[in-house]
Amino acid sequence: MSTVFHLTGVAVASGVQVVAIAAGGPVLVGAMRKVRCRLEGRIGPPILQPLRDIRKLFRKERIRPDQSTWIFPLAPVVLVATVAVAAAITPLVTTEPALGSSSDLFALVYLLLVGSTLLALAGMDAGTAFGGMGSSRAVTIGALAEPALLVTILALSFTAHSSNLPAIVRATLADPGSLATPQRLFALGALLIVIVAESGRLPVDNPATHLELTMIHEAMILEYAGPDLALVTVGEAMRLTLLLGIFVNLVVPWGMSTSTNVVGIAVGLVALAAKVAAVGVALAIFEVCSAKVRLFRLPELLAGAFVLALLGVVSGLVVR
Amino acid sequence: MSASDYSSALGLAAAVVLLCAVVTLWRRSLGSIVRVLAVQGLALACVAMVIGIDQHDAGLMVVAVLVLAAKAIVVPTLITRVVRHDPASRETQPLVNVPASLVAAGALTFLAFAATRSVTLLVPTTAGRLIPLGLAAMLVGFFALVTRRKAVSQIVGILLVDNGVALVAFLATAGVPLIVELGASLDVMLAVVVLQVLATQLRARHGSLDLDQLTELHD
Repeated sequence: MSTVFHLTGVAVASGVQVVAIAAGGPVLVGAMRKVRCRLEGRIGPPILQPLRDIRKLFRKERIRPDQSTWIFPLAPVVLVATVAVAAAITPLVTTEPALGSSSDLFALVYLLLVGSTLLALAGMDAGTAFGGMGSSRAVTIGALAEPALLVTILALSFTAHSSNLPAIVRATLADPGSLATPQRLFALGALLIVIVAESGRLPVDNPATHLELTMIHEAMILEYAGPDLALVTVGEAMRLTLLLGIFVNLVVPWGMSTSTNVVGIAVGLVALAAKVAAVGVALAIFEVCSAKVRLFRLPELLAGAFVLALLGVVSGLVVR
Repeated sequence: MSASDYSSALGLAAAVVLLCAVVTLWRRSLGSIVRVLAVQGLALACVAMVIGIDQHDAGLMVVAVLVLAAKAIVVPTLITRVVRHDPASRETQPLVNVPASLVAAGALTFLAFAATRSVTLLVPTTAGRLIPLGLAAMLVGFFALVTRRKAVSQIVGILLVDNGVALVAFLATAGVPLIVELGASLDVMLAVVVLQVLATQLRARHGSLDLDQLTELHD
């Protein structure tokens, strides 16, 4: 009987995580926009505006390019689905998510990559120049970020002797001293750069631009409209929130529920919202202060992340 | 100070020394490179201070304060002065592009790790295990020295090598005698002063600090 209760609790906790990421994603994007606007001296749209935009888009007519194939409608669905699966199995609200043993960092990275790859293919699917250009740029950035990300995972797995995300978080909770080790700090620095690059924020990509020379992600999804565009927007917001959620839980794991009772989940949810909101606002403030890096200077930034992660691995080998 | 606090503080400070060396390859503007150098001096002073506190060695603490004064304050101020007076040398012009230098720095770090295997076996202390970080900082300094063509960036390279040597000295010997450290620090300060004079002369003669122009003979 207790096993049944436990499994129900685990399933509820994971469900809460998916709903929190799906509903919180657009709100986070809205909040970051609001912070940016305020700092730039504008009033800005309401924080809930992205949710309203998505509702509006879902009501619109479904329009797809004439020559597009089955990849075009499939990509947004796969994007949202992969992020939702990732959100269910990562430790966000609780340290014991459903299927936690399969929540390996390598598996998560490639799960999220499935969505990005299909979106890049869909960008080329419509056959327009912009889509191809955006896809090519997005894939270039992804290819540069991937080695940095893999070495980062290696550096992160020193504490728990495992790349399983719940195990890393539990090991950090058991031994908070491991947060101050150089391998962890370097790995988290590299992870932050990679997250910024992967989710297309400044200084890598400007999410607010439609200037043809500079846009990357916006160029890739230029052909999407109506409900498809709504799905892409939701998927991207969810991915940003999920990545930031993983990041904050690696930096400050406190507040996460170690059990699956109602109180624990509620506390974990509030803690997650507060932590992600804090790092989101910090990111927005950083975006106001920074300029977009030239596309040809991006390899420098991502090579920096790679070397930072590499230094983390070396420190992990030397410092004990 | 408990053993784990000591080892994590020492590891962090030593790792920051290496990180600063790598960041000097990453940044382009000499102004920020000099600031990174000051942070490296600060981290080096922290290494000396942590070892000094752990061993209750007053001499080493004095050395730490001296290192702080010389490498985190005086030397960066002197270099900043040279950079400010020479607008042409505000940006480094590396011969190897930045991503390649960074990857080379990563390779050098692993080389240092492999090369110091036997040394770390000889010094089986917490500090001794960190020796690869010092050697790596030194090698990155050498790399900066051979791939940068501006006089100021070469000074920075020499200082990186010197900081790496100092880090290895602190970690391997658990503190060098005060007089030796004093000699080394004053030596470097003297070198920086000489280089500053040299840089001024170079600029007066050739109008720039580009060392490639020295390959041609002038009357």
